[in-house]
Amino acid sequence: MADTRTVTVTIRRRPSISDPQGATVARALRDLGHEVTDVRIDKTIELQVPDGDVETIRARVAEMCDRLLANPVMEDYEILVSS
Amino acid sequence: MNTAVVVFPGSNCEHDVVYALETLGGSADLVWHRDTDLSGYDSVVLPGGFAHGDYLRTGAIARFSPVMGEVNRLAAAGAPVLGICNGFQVLCEAGLLPGVLLQNRDLKFICRPIHLRVESTDSILTRAARVGDVLEIPLNSYEGNYTASADEIASIETGGYVPLRYSSSTGTVDTDSNPNGSTNNIAAVSKSNVAGIMPHPERAIEEILGSADGRVLLESFLQSRVAVNV
Amino acid sequence: MSETMPLHQALGMTDDEYGTVCDLLSRPPTEAELAMYSVMWSEHCSYKSSRAFLGRFPTTAPWVVVGPGENAGVVDLGDGWLAALRIESHNHPSFVEPYQGAATGVGGILRDIFTMGARPIALWDQIRFGPLDDPHNRYLLEGVVAGVAGYGNAVGVPTVGGEVAFEECYAGNPLVNVMCLGIMREEQLVLGTAGTPGTIAILLGSSTGRDGIGGASVLASASFDAGSDTKRPTVQVGDPFEEKKLIEACLELYDRGLVVGVQDLGAAGLSCATSEPAARAGTGMDVNLDAVHVREAGMTAAELLMSESQERMMAFVHPSKVDEVLAVASKWEIDASVVGTVTAGDTLRISHNNQVVAELPAASLSEAAPILRRDSGEPFWLEDLWTNTLEYLQPPDITRCLLEILADPSIGDPSWVYEQYDHQLFLNTVVGPGDNGSLLRIKGTNKALAVSTDGNGRQCYLDPMRGGANLVYEAALNVAMLGAKPMAVVDNLNFGNPEKSEVMWQFIETVEGMSQACENLGIPVVGGNVSFYNETDEADIYPTPIVGVLGLADPAPRSVPRLNRAEAGMALWMFGPKNSRNLAGSSFEKIIKGHVGGRPTGADSTTGKAVIELAVALAQNELVPVMHDISDGGAAVTVSEICIASNVGAHLQYSSWIGLFAEAPHRIIAAVPPEHFTAVRRLAEDLGVPVSELGEFGGDRISFDNPVAGATSVSVDKAAEAWRGAIRSRMSH
Repeated sequence: MADTRTVTVTIRRRPSISDPQGATVARALRDLGHEVTDVRIDKTIELQVPDGDVETIRARVAEMCDRLLANPVMEDYEILVSS
Repeated sequence: MNTAVVVFPGSNCEHDVVYALETLGGSADLVWHRDTDLSGYDSVVLPGGFAHGDYLRTGAIARFSPVMGEVNRLAAAGAPVLGICNGFQVLCEAGLLPGVLLQNRDLKFICRPIHLRVESTDSILTRAARVGDVLEIPLNSYEGNYTASADEIASIETGGYVPLRYSSSTGTVDTDSNPNGSTNNIAAVSKSNVAGIMPHPERAIEEILGSADGRVLLESFLQSRVAVNV
Repeated sequence: MSETMPLHQALGMTDDEYGTVCDLLSRPPTEAELAMYSVMWSEHCSYKSSRAFLGRFPTTAPWVVVGPGENAGVVDLGDGWLAALRIESHNHPSFVEPYQGAATGVGGILRDIFTMGARPIALWDQIRFGPLDDPHNRYLLEGVVAGVAGYGNAVGVPTVGGEVAFEECYAGNPLVNVMCLGIMREEQLVLGTAGTPGTIAILLGSSTGRDGIGGASVLASASFDAGSDTKRPTVQVGDPFEEKKLIEACLELYDRGLVVGVQDLGAAGLSCATSEPAARAGTGMDVNLDAVHVREAGMTAAELLMSESQERMMAFVHPSKVDEVLAVASKWEIDASVVGTVTAGDTLRISHNNQVVAELPAASLSEAAPILRRDSGEPFWLEDLWTNTLEYLQPPDITRCLLEILADPSIGDPSWVYEQYDHQLFLNTVVGPGDNGSLLRIKGTNKALAVSTDGNGRQCYLDPMRGGANLVYEAALNVAMLGAKPMAVVDNLNFGNPEKSEVMWQFIETVEGMSQACENLGIPVVGGNVSFYNETDEADIYPTPIVGVLGLADPAPRSVPRLNRAEAGMALWMFGPKNSRNLAGSSFEKIIKGHVGGRPTGADSTTGKAVIELAVALAQNELVPVMHDISDGGAAVTVSEICIASNVGAHLQYSSWIGLFAEAPHRIIAAVPPEHFTAVRRLAEDLGVPVSELGEFGGDRISFDNPVAGATSVSVDKAAEAWRGAIRSRMSH
């Protein structure tokens, strides 16, 4: 659709917050003989939003992250607006 | 002869399965997921729980546990291999059974008794039951929604690989009696000597705990043991 | 936090406390030492505001093996069996991050139980929120329930009961209290002692990271205000998979006799897990922080000592057993580090980067903690509250009110919550959630354990002493109706800001009321927890003690009274005091009239005790298939709940409509089969308990009949529909 734009949000736990899932997967990969020192598992959310000014879109998605998508207590997010 | 009940880190129904099998006259041992020798066992149960924390995908890491080589070998040799709940998920992930178990339709963990209608007695779970019997068995899962591709479902159905479906207490199989969104209300899948079931038969072996309807399923399993060349 | 603020203030210590530390050490503390004192002397860890009053609780009985002060209380069940029990709150963390807050609350309470040597066999969760019409409260409920389920189900310990309630005062400060029960053989009991000099300290489980630093002292003590979502404190993240491995590893260590003592790492982390065991053993300890397995590089000594990373335990091991302990850890795939050695004397010496960073008397962190005697005084508004009663000139429409009450989320069907919890694992759950209490068999014996957890903030607000006492009677009665004799109490005391004199007064009154009830019933308090500072924007929550009572049925009745066993033809009787005419604090006044005022009916020690004895005897002798106590909503709700569970109607005669909705204590509704009329009457008479023959079960309507007003009724189906939708309908969108 021409009048929408794709925004990809990556949500990561802060480095100081443990990621038990990542740690378990790292252990399993090592068991299988792979050389892995650390694994972090993030969330990716893809949004279709009405097209418009990139900075306005970014601000609106940042608000979505603050209100709902991410937990500001433990997570950081990164917003990628497709060109 | 003995049943091996496999303990992955994160399994939690292993003691209940041993208790149930022993109550029904079987004998069972816990075996650790790093064990690589199951000679001396004529049957295997992969119990419920959260093997390896269910991290990544349910069963995804467990399928690579060292013990799975022996589970595959026993399955190929004709020994009954039963996966309950998380064990069912491991068998699917390991390719011993078709399909996959997704998150429940309502995205909530479900712990309550449900009803199952016996669809076929040609399985290691139902050979002692009668077609049309309705059993009350506790369900206890978050990822219990059985799904497969249309082709796979067609071959499962035509092959008669569905011994049990979710139903109402009177045996009606419909959307209302489907607790988790499983395709065609499939609650268990069985291919020759390998079977997986999402509800917990071991939780329904004594009236004092609410139901004894699970006995017939585990008795079927015990009766399915044959002399295995190990 | 201003840059000029002294470090001790930034860590939440007063100038007085800082002065005490300087006196103790005869010098100013190092940064690491200050960090340790600040967490250990926080309200959460030191109980500094409450400790002076907790001594009021009766704590001894011949069957008490371990009383308050250890990680959990332990009681003797006979024939070599012991039970360990404990309750904890995670209120503030659950408000900040509901899923992880609740999850780590479950993880923490489990560690308290298996630290004692017991296998945790069941959990109960007591949760309270603001009204569900606010989406934020729905979000909190959803998150907390998912957190309890996510952690409890995965770690493999069933959540078999609890309570959920809603009240405006919890909107900015939800309550999340979790109780855990474990069982063990007596030879498995382990205490949190460091043993003798030479003993080796081994840290087991998760790596230590920066998560939750200061959590205990900051989160558990600081009140919430509108800005708290911008404070963004660091939260702890739970890993049930790691905990499951830790449980199995520890139980194997105990089985094989490889440890002399164990201490879990909860609030105050390593500071607590080193100092408390040494203090209990009367020893010192050398601790090497460089040996601690860490999650991130560059942590300071203070951070290592304060970290609240979850799923960690400290084991104290004889030097000859170290290799075996490390092998067990490796089998269960958990990390282990040798971090310390117990020493003679009483000095806790901590080194980091090959330098001593702390050197202090081990016992000073716990035993020298300040004890405050805060001001307390009866609230100036109390008299007004007591006289603020409603007058009723006209009787209400009984069935309409009943339907409205049944549809209230605090009264209606809680299955939306408990169906998300595994409540059957271990095959012990004879009576699970949704009944009077829980009954768990002990396989291989004739014994069963009953537990009920209860709270009623509204009644405690109106009269904390009466409310506190009534709660103990209610929980004990719930246990008794399952055929179990009440034997021990644990409590979680959730209160507002203790710096306010009225909050301290509420606290002291509650403790007094509970203590009187415990003494009268002969049941000791074996453990407890205090959570202060439950307030938002200076508005305190209702004083909300949560009481958990453990009872023993030995032997367990073969056929246990349950709500779903009423049948047409059984008589509907009430046991206990007649003619209750007080609606103060009732669900009726709250839900129908929007009113909270008056003074609730207090306990009657003689009848209260006799009714409990009667309930045990009726259940043990299998004389009545159904018993259900009259509590929230009154007799009308009690009868309706039986009718809904049993799918049968009832016909009930009443003299005053108020009696249908009054919530006075010590009363049971029972379904009595005709063949047991004589035996039941005789038993009640022997114990001096009044019996009211109110009607009978049958048909498909619940009807209330009065000689003057006539009969009014509602179908069981309609009552069930209202009751079932109470939470479910509000959460399904």
